[in-house]
Amino acid sequence: MATFTFELVSPERVLFSGAVDAVVLPATEGDMTILAGHAPTMTALKTGFLVITSNPGNGRRILVRGGFADVNQNGLTVLAERALPAEELTQDILDREILQAEMAYDATNEPAAKHAAESAVAQLREAKAALNF
Amino acid sequence: MPSLKDLRNRIASVKATQKITKAMQMVAAAKLRRAQTAAEAARPYAERMSVVLGNLASGITVGPETPRLLAGTGSDRVHLLIVCTAERGLCGAFNSSIARLARDHANRLMAEGKTVKIICVGKKGYDVLRRQFAEQIIELIDLRSVRQLSFEQGDMIAQKVLARFEAGEFDVATLFYSRFRSVIAQIPTAQQIIPAQIEASTGSSDAVYDYEPEEGEILTTLLPRNLTVQIFRALLENAASEQGARMSAMDNATRNAGEMIKKQTMTYNRSRQAMITKELIEIISGAEAL
Repeated sequence: MATFTFELVSPERVLFSGAVDAVVLPATEGDMTILAGHAPTMTALKTGFLVITSNPGNGRRILVRGGFADVNQNGLTVLAERALPAEELTQDILDREILQAEMAYDATNEPAAKHAAESAVAQLREAKAALNF
Repeated sequence: MPSLKDLRNRIASVKATQKITKAMQMVAAAKLRRAQTAAEAARPYAERMSVVLGNLASGITVGPETPRLLAGTGSDRVHLLIVCTAERGLCGAFNSSIARLARDHANRLMAEGKTVKIICVGKKGYDVLRRQFAEQIIELIDLRSVRQLSFEQGDMIAQKVLARFEAGEFDVATLFYSRFRSVIAQIPTAQQIIPAQIEASTGSSDAVYDYEPEEGEILTTLLPRNLTVQIFRALLENAASEQGARMSAMDNATRNAGEMIKKQTMTYNRSRQAMITKELIEIISGAEAL
């Protein structure tokens, strides 16, 4: 399977850099899978799991909260506002994230931001359920 | 001529000072390592961000629809200076060189008849600048209670700046901080952040991008985030620079204290010997007189 270069950077560090087969992005308008040779695309991300596949049947999940993905001929670059690898997630971290998202929901009055915060809370709850906490 | 006891006291006090500076140097060295890793880890994000922004902006023609964060307000009458300094002193010329750069910039702008507003991040810069710019300083952001810098602090400052920009309080914002090059070289830097400075695209991408959601919508979310990233990066660079500057300042202080101790010990020994010689002469001449 053809591979492409993928980089996942958060403000604090570079989380992933290397060749991968496929990456599933939680884009704002629905999840999308990026494969090698994808057309140049730029998309905003919402809260959700980003799945990296570097070998068939071998996925790595990373929880991202907001950010951007840029696909061009050089590969895929994801600028995540916050990124937490699934294996580093604990119940405490998730609870804190949910609390933050809920506070963001309460703090804003704009419908768009309100909706974004609401879906972030829902996504985080879903993530919590998926990880059996 | 100070007495022997005075000299002894003086040596003891310099030795105590040397111990403190030595300890501070070691603490700074340990903190520097952490701050430096953090600053270096943040660089890729900021760099990618400007590449992405450059790609995006190169495909956009400036028009009335363009976000004001990119195109500016159309005037440059009111300038906002965001001066990032340390919360603590004893780090050589670190704080004063940033403050000096900001002061020169402010003076130049005021000479041109522009209005200047200043936001101080960090107490030390505020202490220096308030003497001359007491009326221009509109806010002091205190990060003393922050132990580990995280993205939230950058975001907090960016939100404050953005709120003022939305309220039309200024046209151009410039960020002052110290770029960390090495332990001995920290470069005070002024960086314009509003309107955003876009690096020219590398030119490699003539390809037509798909945007999801709309191009303009992405740009409106990307630009505030870019602001946050730039501020966060400045804070991290500053933290590393501060520790570097403190480390070399304390190294110098330790060395100076060492020299001082050496000189004082020499004087002490000389006067002690002179005293002994004097006493001997007195005894001998007393014996001879008999």
